[in-house]
Amino acid sequence: MNPDCELQASHDNETVCLTFLGSWTIHVTPCGFPDLTKLFSPQTKRLIFNSEHLIEWDSRLLVKLSRITEIADKHSIEVDLKGLPSGVRKLLRLTQKKTFAPPDRTFCPPGVLEEIGNHTIGFYQQAIDMLAFTGDILLLYIRFFTGRARYLKKDFIYFLYDCGPQALPIVALISFLVGFTLAFIGSVQLRMFGADIYVANLVGLTMTREMGPMMAAIIMAGRTGASYAAQLGTMQVNEEIDALQTMGINPLDFLVLPRLTALIIMMPLLAICADFIGIIGGFFIGVFSLDISPILYYEQTIKAIHLKHFLVGMIKSVVFGYLVAFCGCIKGMHCGRSADAVGKATTSAVVTAIVFIVITDAVFTFFFNVLGI
Amino acid sequence: MTNITPLIDVQNLTMAYGDFILQKNLTFSVKKGSIFAIMGESGCGKSTLLRHLTGLKRPAAGDIYFSDKNFWQSSKKSRVQRMQKCGVLYQSGALWSSMTIGENIALPLQQFTSLSPKLIAEIVELKLALVGLKGFSKYPPSAISGGMRKRAGLARAIALDPEIVFFDEPSAGLDPISSRMLDDLILELRDSMGATIVIVTHELPSIFALADDSVFLDTETRTMLATGNPKILAKESDNLKVKQFLSRSLSPTEQP
Repeated sequence: MNPDCELQASHDNETVCLTFLGSWTIHVTPCGFPDLTKLFSPQTKRLIFNSEHLIEWDSRLLVKLSRITEIADKHSIEVDLKGLPSGVRKLLRLTQKKTFAPPDRTFCPPGVLEEIGNHTIGFYQQAIDMLAFTGDILLLYIRFFTGRARYLKKDFIYFLYDCGPQALPIVALISFLVGFTLAFIGSVQLRMFGADIYVANLVGLTMTREMGPMMAAIIMAGRTGASYAAQLGTMQVNEEIDALQTMGINPLDFLVLPRLTALIIMMPLLAICADFIGIIGGFFIGVFSLDISPILYYEQTIKAIHLKHFLVGMIKSVVFGYLVAFCGCIKGMHCGRSADAVGKATTSAVVTAIVFIVITDAVFTFFFNVLGI
Repeated sequence: MTNITPLIDVQNLTMAYGDFILQKNLTFSVKKGSIFAIMGESGCGKSTLLRHLTGLKRPAAGDIYFSDKNFWQSSKKSRVQRMQKCGVLYQSGALWSSMTIGENIALPLQQFTSLSPKLIAEIVELKLALVGLKGFSKYPPSAISGGMRKRAGLARAIALDPEIVFFDEPSAGLDPISSRMLDDLILELRDSMGATIVIVTHELPSIFALADDSVFLDTETRTMLATGNPKILAKESDNLKVKQFLSRSLSPTEQP
């Protein structure tokens, strides 16, 4: 255990002598010190120090001395540092040496009103950025279809593989469980009316029109959308995007085109798989829990699902694919240049994509209903 | 000014990544209170050696002693305690971007001492004043220049008044004036705090201005070629490569 630190004050006519005793380090328990504000009388002209009994010191001593010298300066008292260890004297001099001009304004945490204002401006700016990015993507596809876009085909193939076959196991697992749960919940209600067989309709329609495309999109938002934002954000931090621009390569062509196109192509395929596997999940409950014959369940499912239901799901999944890739890419491309900014971009990409997916799904459902599809 | 007690003693150290041996048979010691430079060409393993000395990488072979205590053979708890007595300034400053500069410096004090928040705030201001950044504690790292970030990183590295301060390429990316100012600051801190300084660098002005002692790592032979005071090595070393490096010449026969 370190010995405690102590400060003693002695007065001699116009001089005050402060004696430091013990171990003045940040790891010792502080003990009573004289009240610094009452240390000096109007007669005091000089302050001296005694460090003969000082065992060891670090920042704790420096902080104390800074405080004492500040008070002495206020009382216009001459401070004589001779009695202090030479290292302490040097460090005190170093603290008074100005290298950088003190900032003309300090960074204070914003108040509530300022915070609301910042968020409003930020929200408005994001909306403008998204519109601009949508326009950029339109131009990007004009360049692509006219053969003027510069990108690597191997990148495109890699992203096709990454957001297709690589994502399939997790999409399959979640879709199976969604179909399974739907059938289970539905069967409890339908059994009350003796309409167990309609579980096949419920699962088939829900999976093809809603849950298949939506679950695939939500999984891809968390998996691929986040990865796009993190990849592009890190490239922004490492100035890789600047390097592309200075070479005259449009980063949108090179980075966004393969990612966006790959996800737009792969999302409907994943949705088809999700539909099918979800129906199988429902089939398990129908056959093993409700004792519906497999043939009957199959025929009921075929009878319930029409081509239009399937196409509704496909249209949704193409749009969801675009939204997930769009959110991932825009957040990555507009990311700040720090590790913290990459984290925020990734979170924002996932949250924005999921919100857009749910809103778009509601809009689609409303319009298809109005159109009688 | 410096005494002869070795604070760090490296014995037959071999550094490797898997099967690839980066450096072998490194033997040198760092005296207490001295400034020790780790020199060598790019890719010779200077930063890897620093990772070994700061406890981030275990040696493939050999031993590292801190005050006669074998670092890697001691318990994890004592290794952590040892590392708390060391401060590291990384190339980019490595400030945590989600915190303000003041919060960066306060974190080790909050974690490893029982000081009051008021005293911690005062120490933070003191450390910032020491590195010439008084009044910047509320700034986020992204709002200051690269040179200032290094100074803030240094303030964080000396937050706990460490016994040893490691610097990884302190002059990298700085203009000559900022680089010189940082060198002066390192010297002033060593003289006043009495800390031992280990610097990884290939900046000759910094090496000559700061280092009392050094080790030269070679990429070709994958071992150290020389150890000693760099000014003396520049004049008296028998090794042409060391002389060539320290005189910044293209051929061993060319005069600086």
